[in-house]
Amino acid sequence: MKLFQMILMVFLVVCAISVSFSKNLLNSILIYMSYSLVMSVIWVCLQSPDLAITEAAVGAGVTSILFFATLKKIHAIQIERGKDERAGLTEGIPEASGGGQKEASCDEQA
Amino acid sequence: MSKLKPQKEYEKTVAFHFFRWLSGQKDPYLGEVEMLPQKEREIPKATILERMTEKQMIRDKVFDVENNKGIRAFRKVYVVSAILFCIILTGLLLYTVSYLPRTGNYANPDNNVVSQRYIEKGLQETGALNIVSGMILTYRAFDTFGETNVLFIATCCVMILLMVDDAILKKQEVKNDRRFEPKNDMILQGTAFALCPIIFIFGIYVILNGHLSPGGGFSGGAILGAGLILYVSAFGFKKTQKFFNEHIYKVAKITALCMYGIIGSYFYITGANGVDNHIPLGLPGHILSGGIILPIDICVGLEVACTMYAFYALFRRGGL
Repeated sequence: MKLFQMILMVFLVVCAISVSFSKNLLNSILIYMSYSLVMSVIWVCLQSPDLAITEAAVGAGVTSILFFATLKKIHAIQIERGKDERAGLTEGIPEASGGGQKEASCDEQA
Repeated sequence: MSKLKPQKEYEKTVAFHFFRWLSGQKDPYLGEVEMLPQKEREIPKATILERMTEKQMIRDKVFDVENNKGIRAFRKVYVVSAILFCIILTGLLLYTVSYLPRTGNYANPDNNVVSQRYIEKGLQETGALNIVSGMILTYRAFDTFGETNVLFIATCCVMILLMVDDAILKKQEVKNDRRFEPKNDMILQGTAFALCPIIFIFGIYVILNGHLSPGGGFSGGAILGAGLILYVSAFGFKKTQKFFNEHIYKVAKITALCMYGIIGSYFYITGANGVDNHIPLGLPGHILSGGIILPIDICVGLEVACTMYAFYALFRRGGL
Protein backbone atom coordinates (compact mmCIF):
# COMPACT_ATOMS: atom_id res chain seq x y z
CA MET A 1 0.00 0.00 0.00
CA LYS A 2 2.83 2.36 0.89
CA LEU A 3 4.53 1.67 -2.46
CA PHE A 4 1.25 2.33 -4.29
CA GLN A 5 0.90 5.67 -2.52
CA MET A 6 4.50 6.58 -3.33
CA ILE A 7 3.91 5.87 -7.02
CA LEU A 8 0.79 8.07 -6.97
CA MET A 9 2.68 10.89 -5.23
CA VAL A 10 5.47 10.75 -7.83
CA PHE A 11 2.81 10.85 -10.53
CA LEU A 12 1.34 13.98 -8.91
CA VAL A 13 4.70 15.75 -8.93
CA VAL A 14 5.34 14.78 -12.55
CA CYS A 15 1.87 16.03 -13.50
CA ALA A 16 2.32 19.33 -11.68
CA ILE A 17 5.63 20.00 -13.40
CA SER A 18 4.46 18.96 -16.84
CA VAL A 19 1.38 21.21 -16.63
CA SER A 20 3.56 24.27 -16.35
CA PHE A 21 5.93 23.15 -19.11
CA SER A 22 3.29 22.09 -21.62
CA LYS A 23 2.99 24.46 -24.59
CA ASN A 24 -0.43 23.27 -25.70
CA LEU A 25 -3.24 24.57 -23.51
CA LEU A 26 -5.48 21.59 -24.29
CA ASN A 27 -2.78 19.17 -23.17
CA SER A 28 -2.21 21.03 -19.93
CA ILE A 29 -5.92 20.80 -19.10
CA LEU A 30 -5.89 17.06 -19.76
CA ILE A 31 -2.86 16.66 -17.50
CA TYR A 32 -4.60 18.74 -14.85
CA MET A 33 -7.61 16.45 -15.14
CA SER A 34 -5.49 13.35 -14.53
CA TYR A 35 -3.84 15.15 -11.60
CA SER A 36 -7.27 15.60 -9.99
CA LEU A 37 -8.21 11.98 -10.61
CA VAL A 38 -5.02 10.68 -8.96
CA MET A 39 -5.55 13.14 -6.12
CA SER A 40 -9.00 11.65 -5.50
CA VAL A 41 -7.44 8.15 -5.30
CA ILE A 42 -4.96 9.52 -2.77
CA TRP A 43 -7.82 10.97 -0.72
CA VAL A 44 -9.34 7.49 -0.55
CA CYS A 45 -5.96 6.12 0.62
CA LEU A 46 -5.87 8.82 3.31
CA GLN A 47 -9.30 7.63 4.50
CA SER A 48 -11.33 10.70 3.55
CA PRO A 49 -13.87 9.50 0.98
CA ASP A 50 -15.89 12.73 1.31
CA LEU A 51 -13.08 14.71 -0.23
CA ALA A 52 -12.46 11.99 -2.82
CA ILE A 53 -16.03 12.25 -4.14
CA THR A 54 -15.85 16.05 -4.27
CA GLU A 55 -12.42 16.05 -5.91
CA ALA A 56 -13.52 13.60 -8.60
CA ALA A 57 -16.71 15.54 -9.36
CA VAL A 58 -15.37 19.09 -9.16
CA GLY A 59 -11.65 18.81 -9.95
CA ALA A 60 -11.71 16.16 -12.63
CA GLY A 61 -15.18 16.88 -13.98
CA VAL A 62 -16.67 20.33 -13.78
CA THR A 63 -13.56 22.53 -13.59
CA SER A 64 -11.91 21.00 -16.63
CA ILE A 65 -15.15 21.22 -18.60
CA LEU A 66 -15.33 24.91 -17.73
CA PHE A 67 -11.72 25.25 -18.93
CA PHE A 68 -12.63 23.52 -22.20
CA ALA A 69 -15.62 25.84 -22.68
CA THR A 70 -13.37 28.86 -22.07
CA LEU A 71 -10.75 27.59 -24.51
CA LYS A 72 -13.42 27.16 -27.14
CA LYS A 73 -14.72 30.65 -26.48
CA ILE A 74 -11.32 32.27 -27.00
CA HIS A 75 -10.69 30.06 -30.07
CA ALA A 76 -7.68 28.36 -28.51
CA ILE A 77 -8.80 24.89 -29.66
CA GLN A 78 -7.81 24.78 -33.28
CA ILE A 79 -9.64 22.65 -35.78
CA GLU A 80 -8.11 21.12 -38.87
CA ARG A 81 -10.69 22.48 -41.23
CA GLY A 82 -9.29 21.40 -44.57
CA LYS A 83 -8.91 17.80 -43.48
CA ASP A 84 -12.53 17.51 -42.39
CA GLU A 85 -13.89 19.06 -45.55
CA ARG A 86 -11.82 16.76 -47.70
CA ALA A 87 -13.19 13.71 -45.95
CA GLY A 88 -16.73 15.05 -46.29
CA LEU A 89 -17.36 14.79 -42.57
CA THR A 90 -18.53 18.36 -42.04
CA GLU A 91 -22.03 17.19 -41.15
CA GLY A 92 -21.07 15.23 -38.06
CA ILE A 93 -18.37 17.44 -36.62
CA PRO A 94 -19.67 20.35 -34.61
CA GLU A 95 -16.84 22.81 -34.95
CA ALA A 96 -16.16 22.25 -38.63
CA SER A 97 -19.28 24.03 -39.84
CA GLY A 98 -19.23 27.00 -37.52
CA GLY A 99 -15.66 27.32 -36.29
CA GLY A 100 -13.07 29.98 -36.90
CA GLN A 101 -13.96 33.16 -38.67
CA LYS A 102 -17.68 32.54 -38.99
CA GLU A 103 -18.07 32.27 -35.26
CA ALA A 104 -15.92 35.32 -34.70
CA SER A 105 -18.13 37.40 -37.00
CA CYS A 106 -21.16 36.15 -35.06
CA ASP A 107 -19.60 37.36 -31.85
CA GLU A 108 -18.93 40.80 -33.27
CA GLN A 109 -22.54 41.20 -34.28
CA ALA A 110 -23.70 40.31 -30.82
CA MET B 1 -64.58 54.25 0.40
CA SER B 2 -62.69 56.08 -2.27
CA LYS B 3 -64.17 56.60 -5.69
CA LEU B 4 -62.40 55.51 -8.84
CA LYS B 5 -61.44 58.52 -10.92
CA PRO B 6 -62.65 58.63 -14.52
CA GLN B 7 -59.91 57.94 -17.09
CA LYS B 8 -59.88 61.46 -18.57
CA GLU B 9 -59.43 63.11 -15.21
CA TYR B 10 -56.75 60.64 -14.25
CA GLU B 11 -54.74 61.38 -17.39
CA LYS B 12 -54.25 64.98 -16.25
CA THR B 13 -52.66 64.05 -12.91
CA VAL B 14 -48.94 64.00 -12.18
CA ALA B 15 -49.05 60.36 -11.13
CA PHE B 16 -50.28 59.26 -14.55
CA HIS B 17 -47.42 61.11 -16.32
CA PHE B 18 -44.89 59.81 -13.84
CA PHE B 19 -45.94 56.16 -14.21
CA ARG B 20 -46.11 56.52 -17.99
CA TRP B 21 -42.55 57.85 -17.96
CA LEU B 22 -41.49 55.15 -15.50
CA SER B 23 -42.77 52.30 -17.65
CA GLY B 24 -41.09 53.84 -20.72
CA GLN B 25 -44.26 54.30 -22.76
CA LYS B 26 -43.53 57.91 -23.58
CA ASP B 27 -40.35 59.94 -23.40
CA PRO B 28 -41.27 63.53 -22.45
CA TYR B 29 -38.32 64.94 -24.43
CA LEU B 30 -38.87 62.98 -27.62
CA GLY B 31 -40.47 65.18 -30.26
CA GLU B 32 -40.68 68.17 -27.88
CA VAL B 33 -37.07 69.25 -27.54
CA GLU B 34 -35.03 70.02 -30.61
CA MET B 35 -32.20 67.58 -31.07
CA LEU B 36 -29.52 67.48 -33.74
CA PRO B 37 -28.65 64.10 -35.17
CA GLN B 38 -25.08 63.09 -34.35
CA LYS B 39 -22.59 63.08 -37.17
CA GLU B 40 -20.68 59.93 -37.88
CA ARG B 41 -16.99 60.32 -37.25
CA GLU B 42 -14.94 60.04 -40.40
CA ILE B 43 -11.35 58.94 -40.48
CA PRO B 44 -9.46 59.75 -43.66
CA LYS B 45 -7.70 56.85 -45.33
CA ALA B 46 -4.30 58.51 -45.23
CA THR B 47 -4.22 58.63 -41.42
CA ILE B 48 -5.21 54.97 -41.20
CA LEU B 49 -2.38 54.03 -43.57
CA GLU B 50 0.05 56.19 -41.61
CA ARG B 51 -0.97 54.55 -38.37
CA MET B 52 -0.65 51.07 -39.86
CA THR B 53 2.86 51.71 -41.17
CA GLU B 54 3.89 53.19 -37.83
CA LYS B 55 2.55 50.15 -36.01
CA GLN B 56 4.34 47.82 -38.41
CA MET B 57 7.60 49.69 -37.92
CA ILE B 58 7.32 49.48 -34.15
CA ARG B 59 6.45 45.81 -34.36
CA ASP B 60 9.42 45.08 -36.61
CA LYS B 61 11.70 46.92 -34.27
CA VAL B 62 10.39 45.23 -31.11
CA PHE B 63 10.21 41.70 -32.43
CA ASP B 64 13.55 41.80 -34.22
CA VAL B 65 15.11 39.58 -31.60
CA GLU B 66 18.41 38.81 -33.34
CA ASN B 67 19.49 42.42 -33.79
CA ASN B 68 17.93 43.92 -30.69
CA LYS B 69 20.42 43.69 -27.85
CA GLY B 70 18.01 45.10 -25.28
CA ILE B 71 15.47 42.30 -25.76
CA ARG B 72 18.09 39.58 -25.48
CA ALA B 73 19.50 41.10 -22.31
CA PHE B 74 16.00 41.52 -20.89
CA ARG B 75 15.15 37.90 -21.56
CA LYS B 76 18.27 36.67 -19.82
CA VAL B 77 17.62 38.92 -16.81
CA TYR B 78 14.00 37.78 -16.78
CA VAL B 79 14.93 34.09 -16.59
CA VAL B 80 17.57 34.66 -13.93
CA SER B 81 15.30 36.86 -11.79
CA ALA B 82 12.43 34.38 -12.08
CA ILE B 83 14.62 31.53 -10.84
CA LEU B 84 16.02 33.71 -8.05
CA PHE B 85 12.52 34.76 -6.97
CA CYS B 86 11.36 31.14 -6.86
CA ILE B 87 14.40 30.07 -4.80
CA ILE B 88 13.96 32.95 -2.34
CA LEU B 89 10.24 32.23 -1.95
CA THR B 90 10.89 28.51 -1.38
CA GLY B 91 13.59 29.30 1.17
CA LEU B 92 11.35 31.74 3.00
CA LEU B 93 8.51 29.22 3.23
CA LEU B 94 10.83 26.41 4.36
CA TYR B 95 12.33 28.74 6.98
CA THR B 96 8.83 29.42 8.30
CA VAL B 97 7.95 25.73 8.28
CA SER B 98 11.00 24.94 10.43
CA TYR B 99 9.46 27.04 13.21
CA LEU B 100 6.22 25.03 13.25
CA PRO B 101 5.75 22.64 16.20
CA ARG B 102 6.46 18.96 15.64
CA THR B 103 3.53 16.79 14.56
CA GLY B 104 2.01 14.66 17.28
CA ASN B 105 3.34 16.79 20.12
CA TYR B 106 0.95 16.88 23.03
CA ALA B 107 1.28 20.63 23.63
CA ASN B 108 0.37 21.54 20.03
CA PRO B 109 -2.39 24.10 19.56
CA ASP B 110 -4.42 21.67 17.42
CA ASN B 111 -4.57 19.27 20.36
CA ASN B 112 -7.37 21.06 22.17
CA VAL B 113 -10.77 20.35 23.65
CA VAL B 114 -12.79 21.06 20.51
CA SER B 115 -11.78 18.05 18.41
CA GLN B 116 -12.06 15.75 21.43
CA ARG B 117 -15.57 16.98 22.08
CA TYR B 118 -16.55 16.51 18.41
CA ILE B 119 -15.25 12.94 18.39
CA GLU B 120 -16.65 11.89 21.77
CA LYS B 121 -20.03 13.62 21.83
CA GLY B 122 -20.64 14.16 18.10
CA LEU B 123 -22.87 11.13 17.62
CA GLN B 124 -24.84 11.86 20.76
CA GLU B 125 -25.41 15.55 20.03
CA THR B 126 -25.96 15.54 16.26
CA GLY B 127 -27.30 12.05 15.63
CA ALA B 128 -25.15 11.66 12.50
CA LEU B 129 -22.95 8.63 11.84
CA ASN B 130 -20.82 10.66 9.42
CA ILE B 131 -18.98 12.87 11.86
CA VAL B 132 -17.71 15.26 9.19
CA SER B 133 -21.24 15.98 8.02
CA GLY B 134 -22.43 16.32 11.58
CA MET B 135 -19.65 18.76 12.32
CA ILE B 136 -19.98 21.08 9.33
CA LEU B 137 -23.79 21.14 9.33
CA THR B 138 -24.56 21.51 13.02
CA TYR B 139 -21.59 22.79 15.02
CA ARG B 140 -20.40 24.89 12.11
CA ALA B 141 -23.64 25.47 10.21
CA PHE B 142 -22.96 29.20 10.12
CA ASP B 143 -19.72 28.68 8.13
CA THR B 144 -21.52 26.46 5.65
CA PHE B 145 -24.27 29.05 5.29
CA GLY B 146 -21.59 31.58 4.32
CA GLU B 147 -20.17 29.16 1.76
CA THR B 148 -23.60 28.63 0.23
CA ASN B 149 -24.02 32.39 -0.01
CA VAL B 150 -20.64 32.62 -1.75
CA LEU B 151 -21.87 30.13 -4.37
CA PHE B 152 -25.04 32.17 -4.87
CA ILE B 153 -23.13 35.44 -5.27
CA ALA B 154 -20.61 33.79 -7.62
CA THR B 155 -23.38 32.71 -10.00
CA CYS B 156 -24.89 36.19 -9.82
CA CYS B 157 -21.54 37.71 -10.83
CA VAL B 158 -21.07 35.25 -13.70
CA MET B 159 -24.60 36.08 -14.86
CA ILE B 160 -23.85 39.80 -14.81
CA LEU B 161 -20.69 39.23 -16.85
CA LEU B 162 -21.79 36.57 -19.34
CA MET B 163 -25.58 36.68 -19.67
CA VAL B 164 -26.70 37.49 -23.21
CA ASP B 165 -30.02 39.06 -24.11
CA ASP B 166 -32.69 36.52 -25.00
CA ALA B 167 -33.49 38.06 -28.40
CA ILE B 168 -29.84 37.96 -29.50
CA LEU B 169 -29.56 34.37 -28.30
CA LYS B 170 -32.53 33.28 -30.40
CA LYS B 171 -31.20 35.08 -33.48
CA GLN B 172 -27.83 33.37 -33.17
CA GLU B 173 -29.47 29.98 -32.75
CA VAL B 174 -31.38 30.37 -35.98
CA LYS B 175 -28.29 31.57 -37.80
CA ASN B 176 -26.06 28.72 -36.72
CA ASP B 177 -27.67 26.00 -34.67
CA ARG B 178 -24.45 24.00 -34.28
CA ARG B 179 -22.85 26.85 -32.41
CA PHE B 180 -23.45 25.63 -28.88
CA GLU B 181 -23.25 21.87 -28.87
CA PRO B 182 -22.71 18.92 -31.16
CA LYS B 183 -25.83 17.55 -32.73
CA ASN B 184 -26.44 13.82 -32.93
CA ASP B 185 -23.00 12.71 -31.82
CA MET B 186 -23.53 8.94 -31.58
CA ILE B 187 -20.78 8.14 -29.08
CA LEU B 188 -21.60 11.04 -26.75
CA GLN B 189 -25.34 10.39 -26.84
CA GLY B 190 -24.96 6.65 -26.27
CA THR B 191 -22.65 7.22 -23.31
CA ALA B 192 -24.92 9.86 -21.83
CA PHE B 193 -27.98 7.64 -22.34
CA ALA B 194 -26.33 4.91 -20.27
CA LEU B 195 -24.56 7.06 -17.68
CA CYS B 196 -26.91 9.97 -16.92
CA PRO B 197 -29.53 8.02 -14.90
CA ILE B 198 -26.80 6.33 -12.85
CA ILE B 199 -25.07 9.64 -12.17
CA PHE B 200 -28.32 11.34 -11.15
CA ILE B 201 -29.31 8.46 -8.83
CA PHE B 202 -25.83 8.36 -7.30
CA GLY B 203 -25.92 12.13 -6.70
CA ILE B 204 -29.33 11.91 -5.02
CA TYR B 205 -28.09 8.94 -2.94
CA VAL B 206 -25.04 10.88 -1.77
CA ILE B 207 -27.18 13.89 -0.79
CA LEU B 208 -29.83 11.88 1.06
CA ASN B 209 -27.27 9.72 2.88
CA GLY B 210 -25.08 12.66 3.85
CA HIS B 211 -25.45 11.92 7.57
CA LEU B 212 -24.90 8.16 7.21
CA SER B 213 -22.22 7.61 4.58
CA PRO B 214 -19.37 9.66 3.06
CA GLY B 215 -20.46 12.66 1.07
CA GLY B 216 -23.09 15.21 1.79
CA GLY B 217 -24.66 18.22 0.21
CA PHE B 218 -21.67 19.62 -1.59
CA SER B 219 -20.38 16.33 -3.05
CA GLY B 220 -23.83 15.15 -4.11
CA GLY B 221 -24.67 18.52 -5.63
CA ALA B 222 -21.41 18.50 -7.60
CA ILE B 223 -22.23 15.01 -8.93
CA LEU B 224 -25.74 16.12 -9.91
CA GLY B 225 -24.34 19.21 -11.63
CA ALA B 226 -21.79 17.13 -13.53
CA GLY B 227 -24.59 14.81 -14.67
CA LEU B 228 -26.63 17.78 -15.88
CA ILE B 229 -23.63 19.08 -17.81
CA LEU B 230 -23.17 15.66 -19.46
CA TYR B 231 -26.86 15.64 -20.42
CA VAL B 232 -26.68 19.14 -21.89
CA SER B 233 -23.55 18.47 -23.92
CA ALA B 234 -25.09 15.28 -25.34
CA PHE B 235 -28.69 16.24 -26.02
CA GLY B 236 -28.60 20.02 -26.30
CA PHE B 237 -30.15 22.92 -24.47
CA LYS B 238 -33.60 22.51 -25.98
CA LYS B 239 -34.17 19.07 -24.44
CA THR B 240 -32.70 20.14 -21.11
CA GLN B 241 -34.99 23.15 -20.93
CA LYS B 242 -37.96 20.77 -20.81
CA PHE B 243 -37.09 19.84 -17.24
CA PHE B 244 -34.56 22.47 -16.16
CA ASN B 245 -35.21 25.97 -17.47
CA GLU B 246 -34.48 29.39 -16.05
CA HIS B 247 -37.71 29.52 -14.04
CA ILE B 248 -37.06 26.20 -12.28
CA TYR B 249 -33.44 27.26 -11.75
CA LYS B 250 -34.50 30.48 -10.01
CA VAL B 251 -37.14 28.78 -7.87
CA ALA B 252 -34.81 25.93 -6.81
CA LYS B 253 -31.88 28.16 -6.02
CA ILE B 254 -33.69 30.85 -4.05
CA THR B 255 -35.91 28.35 -2.21
CA ALA B 256 -32.88 26.31 -1.19
CA LEU B 257 -31.01 29.33 0.14
CA CYS B 258 -34.07 30.67 1.99
CA MET B 259 -34.84 27.27 3.51
CA TYR B 260 -31.27 26.98 4.74
CA GLY B 261 -31.51 30.48 6.17
CA ILE B 262 -34.76 29.76 7.99
CA ILE B 263 -33.72 26.36 9.39
CA GLY B 264 -30.27 27.66 10.25
CA SER B 265 -31.44 30.84 11.97
CA TYR B 266 -33.92 28.89 14.09
CA PHE B 267 -31.08 26.58 15.07
CA TYR B 268 -28.63 29.41 15.86
CA ILE B 269 -31.11 31.46 17.85
CA THR B 270 -32.25 28.55 20.02
CA GLY B 271 -28.66 27.37 20.43
CA ALA B 272 -27.29 30.80 21.30
CA ASN B 273 -29.95 31.39 23.96
CA GLY B 274 -29.62 27.93 25.46
CA VAL B 275 -33.18 26.94 24.60
CA ASP B 276 -34.15 23.41 23.61
CA ASN B 277 -34.85 23.42 19.87
CA HIS B 278 -37.30 20.47 19.82
CA ILE B 279 -35.78 18.95 16.68
CA PRO B 280 -35.96 15.15 17.03
CA LEU B 281 -32.56 13.55 16.46
CA GLY B 282 -33.92 10.10 15.63
CA LEU B 283 -32.13 6.80 15.90
CA PRO B 284 -28.56 6.97 14.54
CA GLY B 285 -28.27 4.93 11.36
CA HIS B 286 -31.81 5.49 10.16
CA ILE B 287 -32.46 7.61 7.09
CA LEU B 288 -34.72 10.00 9.03
CA SER B 289 -32.25 10.99 11.70
CA GLY B 290 -29.67 13.64 12.45
CA GLY B 291 -32.04 16.53 13.09
CA ILE B 292 -31.38 19.43 10.73
CA ILE B 293 -28.63 17.68 8.76
CA LEU B 294 -30.87 16.02 6.16
CA PRO B 295 -32.92 19.12 5.13
CA ILE B 296 -29.80 21.30 5.06
CA ASP B 297 -28.01 18.68 2.96
CA ILE B 298 -30.83 18.79 0.42
CA CYS B 299 -30.71 22.61 0.33
CA VAL B 300 -26.93 22.70 -0.16
CA GLY B 301 -27.13 19.96 -2.81
CA LEU B 302 -29.73 21.86 -4.85
CA GLU B 303 -27.71 25.05 -4.57
CA VAL B 304 -24.46 23.43 -5.72
CA ALA B 305 -26.10 21.50 -8.57
CA CYS B 306 -27.74 24.70 -9.85
CA THR B 307 -24.43 26.57 -9.57
CA MET B 308 -22.48 23.97 -11.54
CA TYR B 309 -25.05 23.79 -14.31
CA ALA B 310 -25.42 27.58 -14.46
CA PHE B 311 -21.65 28.06 -14.77
CA TYR B 312 -21.49 25.67 -17.72
CA ALA B 313 -24.58 27.06 -19.46
CA LEU B 314 -23.44 30.66 -19.04
CA PHE B 315 -19.90 29.89 -20.25
CA ARG B 316 -21.15 27.97 -23.24
CA ARG B 317 -24.19 29.86 -24.36
CA GLY B 318 -24.71 32.99 -22.30
CA GLY B 319 -28.08 31.90 -20.96
CA LEU B 320 -29.73 29.12 -19.08
